[in-house]
Amino acid sequence: MSELRNYTMNFGPQHPAAHGVLRLVLEMEGEVIQRADPHIGLLHRATEKLAESKPYNQSIGYMDRLDYVSMMSNEHAYVLAIEKLAGIEVPVRAQYIRVMFDEITRILNHLLWIGAHGLDIGAMTIFLYAFREREDLMDCYEAVSGARLHATYYRPGGVYRDLPNEMPKYVESRWHNKNDVKKLNAARTGSFLDFLDDFTQRFPGCVDEYETLLTDNRIWKQRTVDIGVVSPERALQLGFTGPMLRGSGIEWDLRRKQPYETYDELDFKVPIGVNGDCYDRYLVRIEEMRQSNEIIKQCITWLRANPGPVMVDNHKFSPPSRGEMKMGMEELIHHFKLFTEGFCLPEGEVYSAVEHPKGEFGIYLVSDGANKPYRLKIRAPGFAHLASLDEMSRGHMLADVVAIIGTQDIVFGEIDR
Amino acid sequence: MQNDLHHFGSELQRVFATSLRSIEIKNNEITVTVEDKELIQVLEQLKSAEKFKFDQLIDLAGVDYLEFGTDEWNTETATSSGFSRGVEKASFGRFTFDDAKQNTNIDGPRYAVVYHLLSIANNQRLRVKVYCEDDHLPILPSVTPIWNCADWYEREAFDLFGIVFEGHPDLRRILTDYGFTGHPFRKDFPLIGHVEVRYDPDQKRVIYQPVSIEPRINVPKVIREDHRFEDGVAEHVDETSAEESTDV
Repeated sequence: MSELRNYTMNFGPQHPAAHGVLRLVLEMEGEVIQRADPHIGLLHRATEKLAESKPYNQSIGYMDRLDYVSMMSNEHAYVLAIEKLAGIEVPVRAQYIRVMFDEITRILNHLLWIGAHGLDIGAMTIFLYAFREREDLMDCYEAVSGARLHATYYRPGGVYRDLPNEMPKYVESRWHNKNDVKKLNAARTGSFLDFLDDFTQRFPGCVDEYETLLTDNRIWKQRTVDIGVVSPERALQLGFTGPMLRGSGIEWDLRRKQPYETYDELDFKVPIGVNGDCYDRYLVRIEEMRQSNEIIKQCITWLRANPGPVMVDNHKFSPPSRGEMKMGMEELIHHFKLFTEGFCLPEGEVYSAVEHPKGEFGIYLVSDGANKPYRLKIRAPGFAHLASLDEMSRGHMLADVVAIIGTQDIVFGEIDR
Repeated sequence: MQNDLHHFGSELQRVFATSLRSIEIKNNEITVTVEDKELIQVLEQLKSAEKFKFDQLIDLAGVDYLEFGTDEWNTETATSSGFSRGVEKASFGRFTFDDAKQNTNIDGPRYAVVYHLLSIANNQRLRVKVYCEDDHLPILPSVTPIWNCADWYEREAFDLFGIVFEGHPDLRRILTDYGFTGHPFRKDFPLIGHVEVRYDPDQKRVIYQPVSIEPRINVPKVIREDHRFEDGVAEHVDETSAEESTDV
């Protein structure tokens, strides 16, 4: 009888189910995982160190590139930290715009998650459905910021500009004939808010479609129910936040418990799971998409009724308008100082956190009174989640590791930083 | 909220009296500085005591205070020349170790570790700060037994700052490359690094070589001590009260 031995398997870093550049060293006994050792850092760009050598405003763009599927939520934590340290009050309209885009971002993130997670464990169609809706939301990003992904839209003191009065439209080309163009532009005839309003009317129906594909699907349930179970005690101990924590049955949502911006004035529910397995986390995220849709609706109503400034009127932090800058000496000086030297923040340290689609995304900012951060620490939710992969996958089959990576909603931009 | 924080602060003071170096309430956040000898005992109590119940370690960050308060461009007096990009070897670690300026503004310990705790039961946050006594071998006890998620966070602080956590089960590098030398987030580690990789067609493999990039500083670090914030707030107030506020 030959001796039985565990063997070590290398998974990634180039593997479609590794969600980026995860290298997993798996110790297996047959097809059962004994130990999983994730090797991370293959996408490490030292964002925190780069930010230390640049004025505050120049690092907003780096934040987009952390978790590159929920760009504006990352920016949000960063500008909140700056505002907290500088003591800036943001205009209410800007707060509503931020909340609205945070929720758009949440839907964007969850759509990508459901597409990729489905694809990983054998559901192909969901991916195509999810990307169809993502397209509309990325058009929203494009309409306000000019970029579909890396928006740099939030600024300390507000948002870069007010919502546009018209949406960009498709034009006839070799790929789109007249009828196509008419159909594509049907929802784009009005303002930005009209377009988004139309989306929020359609979206609950789309979520129903996803649920028809997955929720009662036998294969889907076989792949997710009772896989990667985390008890509430362990979830706290492992530093889980966001849907991962709520999936384990702990009701904790920063939007509700430590409200920032205007979340305390909005009406939404916080879904929680019961069993703490992959299926519960799936249900939690599906319901979060529906709730985000409701929040967006409320924001649209408010924004339609309340025009106003979207940027704080303090030229120590926000640049004066082009017109003012060309006419006034004072404004010219402010413009020049802001774009050459930037602004200095008082000495001190702050931690600001937002309910990011993946969990708690925090920025710890230390300032020594200079125009650059002295130390910037990014608290990425995925970092703590991936750290628990060993515990979550122990005793599961190899194919379940893929389901667990999927349910953790891993994105390497934020884990490696 | 502010009142609650003061109440919470005095509660901490009462319980941990001798173990705390300071308690600071600023920007609606509470920071306690702990003696490194008592770190574990304090954190254990913060986690288990009913009135604290900090059941989550949200974040663990290393900080290197070497350059704290040093600027690269003098703002006190006017100068006759502009800031020339990338040639002033004014700052630590911008270029190489050899260029490092010897004097530093800090007189206390160089490294600190900052723990961000969250109590879900009491909806309370707390920042615990501890300084490493020895600048040459910064060493602290590991908190992995208290919060298991500290595992990777401590590996990260070790990798980036070289802070050693005693009792950590598996203290390996985590974010940097296999075989990396140095601790890149230390302030005396140059931003551009020491080595770069390229494919060598002669040897037919990827090789390491000293960096060839020209370092540049596009915007110098300046520290303005001119109370811009107070001024910014006072702009909307009338003259007399603005004068009063500058007196204070």
